[in-house]
Amino acid sequence: MIEFKNISKRFDEKQVLQDVSHVMYSGKTNLIIGSSGSGKTVLQKCLVGLYEVDEGEIIYDGLSFTKMNDEEKKMLRQQIGMLFQGSALFDSMTVEGNVKFPLDMFTKDKESEKIKKVNEVLERVNLVGTNNKLPSQLSGGMKKRVGIARAIVLNPKFLFCDEPNSGLDPQTSMLIDKLIHDVTIEFNMTTIINTHDMNSVMEIGNNIIYLKDGKKEWTGNSKDIIFSENKNLNDFIFASEFLQDAKEMRMLEAKGKKS
Amino acid sequence: MSFFSHLGKYFIMLKGMISKPENSKLYWKEFMHQCSEIGIGSLGIVCIISLFMGAVSALQTAYQITSPFVSKLIIAQIIRDTVILEFAPTLICIVLAGVVGSKIASELGNMRVSEQIDAIEIMGINSKTYLILPKIAAALITIPMLVILAMVLGIYGGRLTVGLSGIISTETYDRGLKELFLPYNVFFAMMKAYTFAFIVSSIPAYFGYYVKGGSLEIGRNSTKSVVVTCVVILFADYILAALLL
Ligand SMILES: Nc1ncnc2c1ncn2[C@@H]1O[C@H](COP(=O)(O)OP(=O)(O)OP(=O)(O)O)[C@@H](O)[C@H]1O
Ligand SMILES: [Mg+2]
Repeated sequence: MIEFKNISKRFDEKQVLQDVSHVMYSGKTNLIIGSSGSGKTVLQKCLVGLYEVDEGEIIYDGLSFTKMNDEEKKMLRQQIGMLFQGSALFDSMTVEGNVKFPLDMFTKDKESEKIKKVNEVLERVNLVGTNNKLPSQLSGGMKKRVGIARAIVLNPKFLFCDEPNSGLDPQTSMLIDKLIHDVTIEFNMTTIINTHDMNSVMEIGNNIIYLKDGKKEWTGNSKDIIFSENKNLNDFIFASEFLQDAKEMRMLEAKGKKS
Repeated sequence: MSFFSHLGKYFIMLKGMISKPENSKLYWKEFMHQCSEIGIGSLGIVCIISLFMGAVSALQTAYQITSPFVSKLIIAQIIRDTVILEFAPTLICIVLAGVVGSKIASELGNMRVSEQIDAIEIMGINSKTYLILPKIAAALITIPMLVILAMVLGIYGGRLTVGLSGIISTETYDRGLKELFLPYNVFFAMMKAYTFAFIVSSIPAYFGYYVKGGSLEIGRNSTKSVVVTCVVILFADYILAALLL
């Protein structure tokens, strides 16, 4: 569980986050949604300490992250997996090298066991047989998936994913959503996902926080979204006519069930 | 940013770099990799430059010493001492500032901009220790070796030239080399080599590690790091000469 209270962050003149508080639960896929530039990436980076918050407190399983010293932060981070928006693969290493890197660093397993584990996660992200490719030889979506594989290979307690399915086709996108959802439940992870993919919101949105201009505008789960009265949220989620129709259908269905 | 805040940040980086490796095997591997990158990678250019600097200083010394009253042995001694004292350590390290320094700066800059350094930090690894320490250690091991090689090749280049152009015979040259030889000069040259090796690796590492922005900034910082490294090398050269000679 990750709890954060009254987080504010500014870059020079620009107030990017303002007084954001929320709780992210373990064993759930917690979503941060919001339009481009609303501060999702900055919020995630504040939570893991890549950016220092100006104000507010971050608590990991009851321990205050903000008050930890560097060594304690390092220890905590060994339980964190993170997928960056730009994948951030090590471009001097092959796919296998990238995914194996955390294993090499933090486990004492035999080489054959590590390779087995790497192949296992690569299979889960649908990338069998790409072991010896370099990141420069991969497509954007493939890099994303290698990034996910690297983030989950040690079964972290806390998993951060910045737009895991941007740049993926709908089918692969579903696969990745399902994968993240499954590992979250299997290993009781606290998973935090930044997304503006509406499909993911509806499929795996257990606990959603909607950011608008760096402020928390709404929170709830995927069912609540349909019935939400919040105008900004409605405009954001149901931007297309197609989705508007879908929403009305769902609402009618729900009414039918009630009566 | 002012000079002093850069200096402070530079020392904080060096201090942050000293920590216990999370996994010594992997750090050793990275160290070996850097030794081959820095050492083997610049072997070719160092050989070429040292041979030529020996050859050119042979021709120019001979050109300047025309008096029949000066012993021809002195040509060999002048070549030997300039190569050992100045050419091999300083010139080679200035060249390495371009070859090794720009590589270190742009490699780290690229890792910073593409968030690879953040990815390392997030795994709970001290990115300074993992990325910078092996580079500096490798430079401290390999660059002095390159300097010794440059000394040998420089003197050999001079020998080839005097022999080929008939300035003096190679026997006279060899005899001149052995006369009035001060071992302290080699010690002094090695002090320089170690100091410059540290400068050549740590200053570009600083400029690369703290890049902000995009690919334009990487190029800009890598150029800046080479310029600053060269100036600092020359400055340190002066200080060492004043202190140790
Ligand atoms: N390092 C930085 N320095 C200055 N401003 C920044 C920095 N990082 C982000 N910002 C600003 O913060 C705001 C929020 O950025 P952020 O990257 O969090 O958006 P986002 O919600 O992740 O958008 P997207 O969905 O496009 O990824 C933007 O206006 C951006 O200009
Ligand atoms: Mg973002």
